[in-house]
Amino acid sequence: MTVMKPEMKSLTREKAKWMYEKMCEIRQFEDKVHEIFSKGVLPGFVHLYAGEEAVAVGVCAHLDEKDSITSTHRGHGHCIAKGCDLNGMMAEIYGKATGLCKGKGGSMHIADVEKGMLGANGIVGGGFPLAVGAALTAKLKKTGAVAVCFFGDGANNHGTFHEGINLAAIWKLPVIFVAENNGYAEATPFAYASSCKNIADRAIAYNIPGEIVDGKDVVAVYEAAERAILRARNGEGPTLIECKTYRNYGHFEGDAQKYKTAEEKEKHIKEWDAIAKFRRYVLSQQLLTEQELHEIERKVIETVKNAVEFAEQSPFPQAEDLLKDVYVSYQ
Amino acid sequence: MTRKISFSEAINEAMKLAMRKDENVILLGEDVAGGAAVDHLQDDEAWGGVMGVTKGLVQEFGRDRVLDTPIAEAGYIGASVTAAATGLRPIAELMFNDFIGSCLDEVMNQAAKLRYMFGGKAKVPLTIRTMHGAGFRAAAQHSQSLYALFTHIPGLKVVIPSTPQDAKGLLLSSIFDDDPVIFFEDKTLYNMKGEVEEGFYTIPIGKADIKREGSDLTIVAIGKQVHTALKAANMLADKGIEAEVVDPRSLSPLDEETILSSVAKTGRLIVIDEANPRCSAATDISALVADKGFDYLDAPIKMITAPHSPVPFSPVLEDLYLPTPEKVLKVVAEMIGDETIVTV
Repeated sequence: MTVMKPEMKSLTREKAKWMYEKMCEIRQFEDKVHEIFSKGVLPGFVHLYAGEEAVAVGVCAHLDEKDSITSTHRGHGHCIAKGCDLNGMMAEIYGKATGLCKGKGGSMHIADVEKGMLGANGIVGGGFPLAVGAALTAKLKKTGAVAVCFFGDGANNHGTFHEGINLAAIWKLPVIFVAENNGYAEATPFAYASSCKNIADRAIAYNIPGEIVDGKDVVAVYEAAERAILRARNGEGPTLIECKTYRNYGHFEGDAQKYKTAEEKEKHIKEWDAIAKFRRYVLSQQLLTEQELHEIERKVIETVKNAVEFAEQSPFPQAEDLLKDVYVSYQ
Repeated sequence: MTRKISFSEAINEAMKLAMRKDENVILLGEDVAGGAAVDHLQDDEAWGGVMGVTKGLVQEFGRDRVLDTPIAEAGYIGASVTAAATGLRPIAELMFNDFIGSCLDEVMNQAAKLRYMFGGKAKVPLTIRTMHGAGFRAAAQHSQSLYALFTHIPGLKVVIPSTPQDAKGLLLSSIFDDDPVIFFEDKTLYNMKGEVEEGFYTIPIGKADIKREGSDLTIVAIGKQVHTALKAANMLADKGIEAEVVDPRSLSPLDEETILSSVAKTGRLIVIDEANPRCSAATDISALVADKGFDYLDAPIKMITAPHSPVPFSPVLEDLYLPTPEKVLKVVAEMIGDETIVTV
């Protein structure tokens, strides 16, 4: 009997369209949150994903709802790429009852378990073991699902990185560890905080493949993710992918970013922008037309505008919600 | 001589004075300076702490004594334990007390127990400064008040200042204490200004402070809740009720004598604690008075705490979550059987 194994596929027109739309949605969403936050309307902390769109989108392009992802404090992009509802996300950031977490979590804890989004996370390094657990379920229940752990360069020095990857490796679990190396853990450069030159170099210690990808190139991320996800779905265990990227905004809103230089910002934000790069690619490959791209860009502005209106018009939670969901049944 | 400075500036000043006084005092933590190894920064900082509390320290003391760490709490908190045991006097900053989940072993099984396990042949002069408290819209993993967790563990000292003056004097005591001290800083107090003495002074750990004298009831309040108690006490004074507000300032050791003497005088006790209510500072102080001061009591002890739930994100829920002066007045009304107290 021939066992049918999933195989590599080339980027289709439909997929390219989805990817461009998701990248634009993330950028538009984050630029809008940045704008609203600066007016002092939003409660709490927000950490924006703008600049890193190619990573979440290039990876999630291969996932469906049965697959899980774990995220970070910089989680909006992962949520959008994994199919979370933008209205529910924006309402959550506003602390409204219609938010994806009913206003209980906020920006740093947006989750939608039904979509396989296991939560943004306030704890650096929190995601490694959580992704491993989701992959253990997939393996034991033979669902064919994979788990993706998105993490930042700051987390690669956390103890959970070692424990999580080692566990996934010895049990050959279907996990893809995706490092988003944006160069800075808060205000601390990667090169200062990490003893390795590349995060992917650490894969050798766990006897798993490690791959370095241009995290500004969504096609490169897409292809690397496809290889890793195929390995995972075929029972060959975890892969570590390091995406070299950059965050356009600060660690959180309000960060003066004294650690960045004007030149690097110019290069990363203007010259090497991931969305502009992909736009050029789909046009040159004749995957999408200028008119189609315009249409997506127009639609995305509308979608995000609607999300803000939805959030602003939504009610706040009620007093009785305070003690709901501490346990399945509180009494 | 005193002058008005903020809670944050008072803490900064304590660290500066300690580092000037003793070269063994070092500061380490995540972005306590920020921008390590960035060419254009050198001994300039990028942040000076996530809330700016450690600003200016790297300029004066350099990067050998103000160490930015990777985000690796088990690593640098653990290293601080034996750095302390072998001759340094570290101040380790655990950015949010919620992050103790990543390094509890180093605090609970190492720092707290070395001296005892080694038959008194080691000391751990370590101060862990950490931010706590709700009301900042920082959600469930950045808003807890976990001091009860540490109070439970013998070998640790637990300090929670409520004013800039106390913060400076208590932090200096903590740094020069030879035992490990967990020093809690409420993030919503950082901008609060108050009169603070100039120069070096210490406030002993384990000595409560009576923040307001009164004869009708005792309110023991922890950290920021001292201010809730003081507001409530002023509102009660308008109704002819004089509340005494006791600030324990440290939970371990706990100044039992001051609390008991106050209750002996007033006959009534309310404890305000914004932490979760089970196995908490509030239950601990209530148990103390029930156990050793039962005969002083004219009414049952009351506790005003957060509910038994995580801290919610939504501002409307977080406001309900925290103790308020109005909640205190309601409890006092029940306690003395006079409902007119809650009517304005």
